[in-house]
Amino acid sequence: MANVAIELNNLTKTFGKVVANKNVSISVNKGEILSILGENGSGKTTLMNMIAGIYYPDSGSIRINGEDVTIRSPKDAFDLKIGMIHQHFKLVDVFSATENIVLGIDNQKYNIKVAEKSIRETCDKYGFEIDLNKKIYDMSVSEKQTVEIVKVLYRGADILILDEPTAVLTPQEITKLFAVLRRMRDDGKAIIIITHKLNEVLEISDRVSVLRKGEYIGTVETKDATEQSLTEMMVGEKISLDIDRPEPHDTTDRLIVKGVDCFNAEGVKVLDDITFTAKSGEILGIAGIAGSGQRELLEAVAGLQKLSGGEIIYKDPTSGKDENLRNKTPNEIKNLGVRLSFVPEDRLGMGLVGNMGIADNMMLRSYKKGKSFFLERKEPKSLANKIITDLKVVTPDANTPVRRLSGGNVQKVLVGREIAASPTVLMAAYPVRGLDINSSYTIYNLLTEQKEKGVAVIFVGEDLDVLIELCDRILVLSGGRVTGIVDGRSAKKEELGILMTKGKGGDTNE
Amino acid sequence: MLAILAGFLKQAIIQGIPLLFGSTGEIITEKSGNLNLGIPGIMYIGGISGVIGAYFYEKHGDVDNALLCVLVPFLTSILGSVIMSLIYCFLTVTMKANQNVTGLALTTFGVGVGNFFGGSLTSLFGGEGGHIALNATGKYYQATLPFADKLGLFGETFLSFGFLAYLAIFISLVASWYLNHTRSGLNLRAVGENPATADAAGVNVTLYKYVATCVGGAIAGLGGLYFIMDYIGGSWTNGGFGDRGWLAIALVIFALWKPKFSILGSILFGGLYIVYLYIPGLSRNSQELFKMLPYIVTIIVLIFTSIRKKRENQPPQSLGLTYFREER
Repeated sequence: MANVAIELNNLTKTFGKVVANKNVSISVNKGEILSILGENGSGKTTLMNMIAGIYYPDSGSIRINGEDVTIRSPKDAFDLKIGMIHQHFKLVDVFSATENIVLGIDNQKYNIKVAEKSIRETCDKYGFEIDLNKKIYDMSVSEKQTVEIVKVLYRGADILILDEPTAVLTPQEITKLFAVLRRMRDDGKAIIIITHKLNEVLEISDRVSVLRKGEYIGTVETKDATEQSLTEMMVGEKISLDIDRPEPHDTTDRLIVKGVDCFNAEGVKVLDDITFTAKSGEILGIAGIAGSGQRELLEAVAGLQKLSGGEIIYKDPTSGKDENLRNKTPNEIKNLGVRLSFVPEDRLGMGLVGNMGIADNMMLRSYKKGKSFFLERKEPKSLANKIITDLKVVTPDANTPVRRLSGGNVQKVLVGREIAASPTVLMAAYPVRGLDINSSYTIYNLLTEQKEKGVAVIFVGEDLDVLIELCDRILVLSGGRVTGIVDGRSAKKEELGILMTKGKGGDTNE
Repeated sequence: MLAILAGFLKQAIIQGIPLLFGSTGEIITEKSGNLNLGIPGIMYIGGISGVIGAYFYEKHGDVDNALLCVLVPFLTSILGSVIMSLIYCFLTVTMKANQNVTGLALTTFGVGVGNFFGGSLTSLFGGEGGHIALNATGKYYQATLPFADKLGLFGETFLSFGFLAYLAIFISLVASWYLNHTRSGLNLRAVGENPATADAAGVNVTLYKYVATCVGGAIAGLGGLYFIMDYIGGSWTNGGFGDRGWLAIALVIFALWKPKFSILGSILFGGLYIVYLYIPGLSRNSQELFKMLPYIVTIIVLIFTSIRKKRENQPPQSLGLTYFREER
């Protein structure tokens, strides 16, 4: 068939004893978007890295436009017109967009001005808006992604691979990205997109290939697939996609936030007269476009932001006293049982040391408890093992460096550690960012479990469907202001969407 | 007064030239992400290799042939430095050894090898106490422009150096232009900033690291050659090179990894290095305090640049890190 752009036959790749891919065979046609679906660690990224020349397969063959090819390096991949947009962007921070785009191209004269002009043409063709002179370190995640896409297009790629392109984008940015992808598809490009958001798979792709634990399960036409059928292929068993939401009971006020104002370093008001109450035994969801003040709000409660007005009252369940958190240091607040588990874009960035094992990372939070000069490893070790079994963390043992675990597993360790501290207020920001379905549901269940134990849970989420299913009440932030607090059981997505853009016209300013 | 200042400036430039060679070489090396702390050793080897070349040429060759007198030590010096750089590259790039440890080992090794050959040559030369004099070749290195002394104070201050001094400045300017205005320079910077990105863009990371480190090493080695052949005038003393290698590395930081800054920086460092000679009433002990000045200036610059946090003034991002393509 002349229409097949790329064909993988029985690719196998092992890392030491770990089989990352086993006999995977996939093909993509020109003018088609293929989704590759699989849980964390199912070998999606490894497979794509073999096409992009980062890894070399142990066995199997790759055919491009019907011809057998050998891809030994990224350069070979480029010569075959394969372009990959990595999950962790491959951009040089101190270079401008143009410099990054022309990097490594050696068949034309080096002239930034001329290059800029032809890059501009590529941008116009596909409808990208980008400041080519801007340095990468000044860019937002979505701008960086645009640079990556322009980079591969500028190099004339016909086969594009996108590794979890939507993981860090806002809904608006995702819509924009999808429009671009469709335009590229209509232009005859073959596009492979890795994701584990089922709704996106159904929305964007023409066909879906599923991987499970490194093995190829099958390919289906998207129009014949449903979320349920894809999940079953992916997980290998029937799982329920409903989140269990028990009625809150014995709720008492735990955290009362009154008229909180906060300015950021640039002097912009990021929190404006925030007032709400978080109750024990319920999950309070926080919805909003990225950068609407979610992060600042949580940090304010945790004592990491300097407030310019208002107060935060914490009702201590053990002593029954009211404490004003505004006058306390982050450490004192932590000791009161207020825990913040913030999952940033860079998972290893927050509080986990990549080169240390899970057990040692547990100790990072408890090191102040130790009295003796020597390390007490027993307790953290049993905690680490408990997290590994409870959250089904895939790791050889508790001492394997966290850096070696896949992203989803790192995240489980992070969230598990905060929960293990038996908090009275648990704040989780984007705890399922980049996690697959199964792991996400594990985290949701953990939060619900905490709620049942009488913890006041504050959950900042991106997925409105999940917020509506999981939370008892949902607070909506827009431009640093509370635009509404709605009941999770009766809330409608559209209603939240309107509240999220209220007053600010829905612009994304992060 | 003007004459004293001009004299001081001249001495500062003379002292600065070895540092300029060293720092230009190290900047090119570091731009590839290789933190080569073996530079002091390489400069030492650059010096002794030149001496070996000069010694054997003076013994067997025609000392009236100016070109060969200059060329032979020049080439042997580069050969020595490149061999040292290749050892560094093989260990850190191919064998993925730790860069700091390798570099420090290379410095110790270089000084040891230099002193060993210095000692052997001395006994061959028949001299005493680790001293060799190679006046015939040295005088060609010291030769200045013929019209320099006719131009008064200006000629005396700026034109009275051997060709290596001008070569140092020229190399620096070329390096600056290369890094900022050529495709290959862009690729090199990308390798040092983020080798994974460069690799994914199709740049041969290993090749760039090898070439940059070897070229950088060769340039740095010329600093050693300049010191021996021009500054000293062709005589070797074990340990005579002092701590200039480390000063060159400090100068890299001072110059914020920009070769053109290191030209002025080298003169400043050279001046600070000898300023104690111009301050009356210093004892041997208090002289040593003044020799700290370049390092103190470097620390101050470090503090200022880290306060300002301007990204362009930071070291290459993956400096000191070895690159594995298949690492997860």
